[in-house]
Amino acid sequence: MTHSWVQFAAEQENPLVPPWPELVIGLIAFVIVFGFLAKKLLPNINKVLEERREAIEGGIEKAEAAQTEAQSVLEQYKAQLAEARHEAARLRQEAQEQGAALIAEMRAEGQRQREEIVAAGHAQIEADRKAAASALRQDVGKLATDLAGKLVGESLEDHARQSRVIDRFLDELEEKAEAAR
Amino acid sequence: MSADPTQTLAFDTSCHLFSGCGFNTVAPGLHSFLFEPIWGNTNGLYFNKPMLLALLGSIIVVGFFWAAFGKPKVVPGKLQMVAEAGYDFVRRGVVYETIGKKEGEKYVPLVVSLFFFVWMMNLWSVIPVAQFPVTSIIAYPIVLAAIVYIVWVSLTFKRHGFVGAFKNFTGYDKSLGPVLPLAMTIEFFSNLLVRPFTHAVRLFANMFAGHTLIVLFTIASWYMLNGIGIAYSGVSFVMTIVMTAFELFIQAVQAYVFVLLTCSYIQGALAEHH
Repeated sequence: MTHSWVQFAAEQENPLVPPWPELVIGLIAFVIVFGFLAKKLLPNINKVLEERREAIEGGIEKAEAAQTEAQSVLEQYKAQLAEARHEAARLRQEAQEQGAALIAEMRAEGQRQREEIVAAGHAQIEADRKAAASALRQDVGKLATDLAGKLVGESLEDHARQSRVIDRFLDELEEKAEAAR
Repeated sequence: MSADPTQTLAFDTSCHLFSGCGFNTVAPGLHSFLFEPIWGNTNGLYFNKPMLLALLGSIIVVGFFWAAFGKPKVVPGKLQMVAEAGYDFVRRGVVYETIGKKEGEKYVPLVVSLFFFVWMMNLWSVIPVAQFPVTSIIAYPIVLAAIVYIVWVSLTFKRHGFVGAFKNFTGYDKSLGPVLPLAMTIEFFSNLLVRPFTHAVRLFANMFAGHTLIVLFTIASWYMLNGIGIAYSGVSFVMTIVMTAFELFIQAVQAYVFVLLTCSYIQGALAEHH
């Protein structure tokens, strides 16, 4: 039984010579695989692989965009901060200047007031001195005339002459004082 | 085929080595690669086991990729991930490496189909019940090698014109001087005649030898299983397992070598100077 099959095999042609039905079936089998893979399945997966690549690269792009935005925000913030610092410095400077001006103004006002007070004092003193001088002049005149009257023993009736003499005398005294000063 | 051919499986015989049977009854040989047709007869149209396995195998390959890539997702499932790994291996590891990304993209479907088709046909060798590598029938490697041959030869003509293609085939190189005619003759035969033959036979012979070894050890395990032979049988059984594991490796390697050569031929056809 087995022998006959071995016999049959030996009768067959060279094993390197293919029987044509097997060639046809082989071709059909491969065409089935190639057809499905090349026309449908591999394009399918290629599309998805491309989508995946884009999704990944899209993510990277998004991250990059976010980073640049963050960078610009940071720069903006820094610029604002610098501006604010500048503004603060400016305000401080202004305040200092204003303060200085205020102080100077107040100092000037104080000076002025002091001078006014001093001037007023001087005027007062002058007025007082003048009043005192005129009062003194009268009193001294009277005392002198009284004294002279007593010394002379007679009243000097002629007031006009009297006062002229006294005035002259006092003027001389004043001139002397002026000269001495 | 008037005789009554019976498939030689070790288990067909109740006879053992040390119970009277000789050495030349059941040894595997060419008859291990011939099958009684399931339908028709060998003189005309017929349908046999390798054909069934070939068609079934292509349906399995298509089915696998249909399940994986039929509705592919950007975030892949497990099956899609496995299939993508295989696809990527062939695309990047074989096509891009040999032909380059720009020129090679066109040939990716062909090479991917070839790789998985050949691998599946080889794998039948160790799949229970089937247990026969379809590629150990010369017709199948010949079909595949012929397709590759047609692709790269027509590509050479298309790329270089008639004279350019001739120069490409013969490795025309003026600097060879007087040896040039000899070199051209050798190259011409080597490229156009020997190359497709070796391409097909390399795959066929590897699978043929592998299957023969597995069958040999399997039959021996059974055939020696009596008396003193049990010891030999044990060794043979271990060898069956070892050879099966080895075949698993060889099957993948041969599929890889087949597509690598395919790419190398296509690359040669595209190259300016062979």
